[in-house]
Amino acid sequence: MRITTVEVGYVELAIGSILISNFVLMKFLGLCPYLGVTKKTSDSVGMGLAVIFVMTLASAVTAALYRHVLLPSSPDHTNVLALLGIPVPAEGLVLVLKTISYILVIAGLVQFIEMVLRKTVPALYRALGIYLPLITTNCAVLGVALLNTTDWKGSASGLPVHLAAFNGFCAGVGFLLAMILMSGIRERLAEARVPKALRGIPIAFICAGLMALAFMGFTKLFGITV
Amino acid sequence: MSLLRDFADKPIKANPVFVLVLGLCPTLAVSTSVQNAVAMAAAATAVLIGSNVLISLIRRFIPNQIRIVCYIVVIAGFVTMVEIIMKALAPQDVNKALGIFIPLIVVNCIILGRAEGFASRHGALSSLMDALGIGLGYLGALLSIAVIREILGAGTLWGYRLTPITLAGRTLVPEYQPANILVMAPGAFLVIGLLFGFFYWIGNRRREQARRAGVPAVAQTARDLPKPKKQGADEEATG
Repeated sequence: MRITTVEVGYVELAIGSILISNFVLMKFLGLCPYLGVTKKTSDSVGMGLAVIFVMTLASAVTAALYRHVLLPSSPDHTNVLALLGIPVPAEGLVLVLKTISYILVIAGLVQFIEMVLRKTVPALYRALGIYLPLITTNCAVLGVALLNTTDWKGSASGLPVHLAAFNGFCAGVGFLLAMILMSGIRERLAEARVPKALRGIPIAFICAGLMALAFMGFTKLFGITV
Repeated sequence: MSLLRDFADKPIKANPVFVLVLGLCPTLAVSTSVQNAVAMAAAATAVLIGSNVLISLIRRFIPNQIRIVCYIVVIAGFVTMVEIIMKALAPQDVNKALGIFIPLIVVNCIILGRAEGFASRHGALSSLMDALGIGLGYLGALLSIAVIREILGAGTLWGYRLTPITLAGRTLVPEYQPANILVMAPGAFLVIGLLFGFFYWIGNRRREQARRAGVPAVAQTARDLPKPKKQGADEEATG
């Protein structure tokens, strides 16, 4: 019984994050790389893969941080600070420390990934390295971390760590999808005759609007609401 | 005099959204209604004032290598304060509409951009004026999008119904059927795209006129501004 509910959870999360509420086109997160790095398909694929990587890890780490450090202890999960004997206020540390701790964890994580990649997988580092520093301030990463750990369908403790990581991965896949579609359009646009005033950013936004319109067709796909 | 210039140049010539092309995510997400736009601009401006002044005060003590992390911590501190204040003061539905975009001010590139590009090199008073000017420009940009989206998309302004207009029993303007799509995600992209195009068109026309009159062109749009220093280019690709 338990397994089936989890299975449904995965499918629901995947379709929800990739298609129905696509991070770029429906939630307006990560628009700067969406406009800045989509002039060439190769760049947008590199950026998208780097974002998937960082989002998955950041989601897992911040969800664990939220459950075991920021929230007060409950039957569902224990607070590590309380175990260590450090006093934790009854309402937890969420209100005061959530934003600061998340951004520091993400910044540290990106630095760490960069170092590990450079030492262990130089080929991957050469492909993704230049995009990694840009990701710290990509609002999609902090955005997915925050969304994972806010009221998730009424449960105040947010998504459990494994589902949070999976949701981060799916949000990243949705981001990659939007990036690839956009760069394909923009490579074509480079040869189109666009009115002078609309060249560059304006036409990119208008294309994004039309893509968002198309993505609205996924609303309530398979009866899933997000 | 120069303090006044620190302020006055900013709202239009260095408009954070339409000229510097920064902070787009919250701009699109919260411009569904004028009320949300004003709340978001107020929150962002409060953080900007706090971080600009504090960073300019401590700029001599921050080691150069870790300055970005220091800026982020300062900004995150002010964002947390604003978050708590908003929870207490702002109406419930505004809080719900702004949602995660209040904590996301931390990674808003307008704020980090001003910290790195202005506050780290200028005095506290200049930085305060810069923050006020940029904040005003941000409010203007948000309002220009939100007014269009709210009037056409919901048929209201600041929550008040605009149509039908009746005078002494006669209907002057029949009831407007709002185009809901403008309040939804695609509408945001279309409105900001067309507004960008409109401002570029004005810029192009001004330049054309100036050229005909034989006056050297004035920088009007992002394209004419001298390419900003390195971090400017980075920011365009991140925030």
